[in-house]
Amino acid sequence: MAERRAGCAFVTGASRGIGAAIARGLAADGWAVGIGYNASADAAAAVVAEIEAAGGRALALGGDVIDRERADAHFSALEERFGPVLVLVNNAGVRADGLSPQIRDCDWELVLGTNLTAAFRTTRRAIPPMLRERRGRIVNIASVVGLRANPGQANYAASKAGLIAMTKTVAAEVARRGVTVNAVAPGLIATDMTADLNGDLLAAVPARRAGTPEDVAACVRFLASDAAGYVTGAVLTCDGGMSA
Amino acid sequence: MSTATPEAVEARIVEALASFGPDVESVTREATFEELDIDSLDLVELAQIVEDDYGVELKGDDMKNMKTVGDAIDLVVARA
Repeated sequence: MAERRAGCAFVTGASRGIGAAIARGLAADGWAVGIGYNASADAAAAVVAEIEAAGGRALALGGDVIDRERADAHFSALEERFGPVLVLVNNAGVRADGLSPQIRDCDWELVLGTNLTAAFRTTRRAIPPMLRERRGRIVNIASVVGLRANPGQANYAASKAGLIAMTKTVAAEVARRGVTVNAVAPGLIATDMTADLNGDLLAAVPARRAGTPEDVAACVRFLASDAAGYVTGAVLTCDGGMSA
Repeated sequence: MSTATPEAVEARIVEALASFGPDVESVTREATFEELDIDSLDLVELAQIVEDDYGVELKGDDMKNMKTVGDAIDLVVARA
């Protein structure tokens, strides 16, 4: 466990998969971590317990972050308990796949809302205190699907491409205050979200394996670190060479 | 939360604006943000300071209408 840091980190969608791995990693780096979750309260509590057992600090925060007041309430709760939120990881994401003629309005709105709009709302709330602290790290978990075609995921692709574009523009807005904004674009990662995908996809991965949540968490830990202060507006692909 | 007397607010705002770059002597009520090289990102930070210290919220439209240091001081005093 690294030395305790002042301020804290907030990871959305951190009750399982990539988000939980990111939360554990940031906690090991000394950050107190807000564990955002939508419905999986027990899973989020388990992540908190695991972090605390290892000597870290964590707080579970429930409910859909697309709700503006809830996002504000989460930030206020973290600020009161641990100090300013200096690392924000917009990881919460959902899929609702289908070929374009079959994607319903609700599938489109759900995916764009959770993956992009909610990330904007947390970003908007996170920035002013980071400006005051002259230090901040925002890491958006995008996807290689935001960069290249993947039939059956027009909504997911649009949300992730939007997240990447938002990353770059916001990065340019706040760079001179020591706040960096970057995206990590995972490829095929072995989690609940990919459990139902078929094994043929691995043939397209030069590394010939699916990535692990810890592979993605390692990228986030680097971008959140002091060492990454000159990296901003970047997209770090973590895909075993798939999009190379 | 700090006490929002006009003098205290003026002093706080002048201090904040000077911390963004300009010489404190040039931060007068009549000075425009443009003359002081204070841009929109600086004003976002000023809004956060004002909210933290006085509980006053400055929204997008407020920022667009604020041209001088005096405009900012008067708006905060009016809302505090």
